[in-house]
Amino acid sequence: MIPVAFDYTKPSTVDEAVQALIAGGEDAKVISGGQSLMPVLRLRMAAPSVLVDVGGIAEMNGVSDDGDHLLIGSNTTHHDVMNNALVKQHAGLLAMTAATVADPQIRHRGTLGGSLAHADPAGDLPTAALALECVMVAQGPKGRREIAAKDFFVDYFTSALESDEVLVAIKVPKMGDGWGYHYEKFNRTAQAWATVGVAAAVKRQNGTITEARVALTNMGPSPIRASSVESALAGASASADAIAAASTSAADGTRPTSDLHATAEFREHLARVLTKRAVAQAAGV
Amino acid sequence: MTSLYEEIPAAPPADVPTRRVTITVNGDRRTLDIEPRLLLSHLIRQGLQLTGTHMGCDTTGCGTCTVLLNGRPVKSCTVLAVQADGREVETVEGLSSAQQLHPLQEGFKQEHGLQCGYCTPGMMMAAKALLERNPNPTEDEVRWALSGNICRCTGYQNIVKAVLWAADKMREQEG
Repeated sequence: MIPVAFDYTKPSTVDEAVQALIAGGEDAKVISGGQSLMPVLRLRMAAPSVLVDVGGIAEMNGVSDDGDHLLIGSNTTHHDVMNNALVKQHAGLLAMTAATVADPQIRHRGTLGGSLAHADPAGDLPTAALALECVMVAQGPKGRREIAAKDFFVDYFTSALESDEVLVAIKVPKMGDGWGYHYEKFNRTAQAWATVGVAAAVKRQNGTITEARVALTNMGPSPIRASSVESALAGASASADAIAAASTSAADGTRPTSDLHATAEFREHLARVLTKRAVAQAAGV
Repeated sequence: MTSLYEEIPAAPPADVPTRRVTITVNGDRRTLDIEPRLLLSHLIRQGLQLTGTHMGCDTTGCGTCTVLLNGRPVKSCTVLAVQADGREVETVEGLSSAQQLHPLQEGFKQEHGLQCGYCTPGMMMAAKALLERNPNPTEDEVRWALSGNICRCTGYQNIVKAVLWAADKMREQEG
């Protein structure tokens, strides 16, 4: 299919991009790699009047070390995220999760910022961002603001970004010593959208789990932390039995839908099984 | 009735706003006035008449429209042609010279790496990018590199063999 006609502008700074969004009003849309937006445009599920291509904004590309966190420009592709030495060293969960997104072609174009802003409940990277407690840096007419991951994913395909805001960068807190991580996903092979996914990060000390973070993909309108699993794991022994016991509450408080890939009941089952696997891998059990 | 694809004219009507882009396709620098909504795959097939690049699924799933954009495989049905401005595009037509097949093309022939052939251009472009980065891939690495390309005929075995055959041949030629 062919998208509905639109105007196109390619600003070279974030300020210019915000101006273009203000001028374009609510029908303006940001594009970068376009791997989520293009299919939507082609199916004519969206018909923006103008596309603001932020792909040429140098400031929004690349990974830098910023003290206790990494600063990843929104335009950084999944391919670059998963192969970046700093990300692998300090935020391995993000690199590992990026490697499960779609396929090589899409990872060469699709961007971290685009994937987060798209807020697809079946998207993998929002879940990793939630588990890593990332902070989104957005710029709009009133300047820059920071949005915690837990407040960023609002609803189905809805982020906290305003229509005249650009997601500029993502702050990713460095995982210190003692942390292990794993992203476990159940999906159909083609296209690789998660039926359910689980991101786990676990801190171990002398055979005990001191802190655990567990976030779930596609168990509701937006990624969600499995807080009852997290509290059951805190202070538990890093053993298969303790992890299995804690994982039984993985679906508590979730709101999965039934669709052609899985029923809600099956998704709840998957959440429990995948949580057990992800936490065990993360804890090195 | 013509399909939607065929309605894309080689040159847009005079009253439609266009953007001027310069794209290098298989080494030829082309300057074109295009509509912003034109897909790179439509530019390649309709605008430039390079019909070796196929379109299969229209949902970013099948990979037969794969071309190299600045050396990296991308799905050309999911890239706006305006976004290729200033970049280099390589299509399956860029593989062979008039006299000689590319080792990948030879490999697909030798190992019977196709049946209907619809997915083949995308397979070969994804494989080309792999072999440029990794001249001696394992079977597993070949499979991962082709994981964005779907074939409904072969069961993939002979496609993987064809790529490994080409890798051997290219290393021989280098060595």
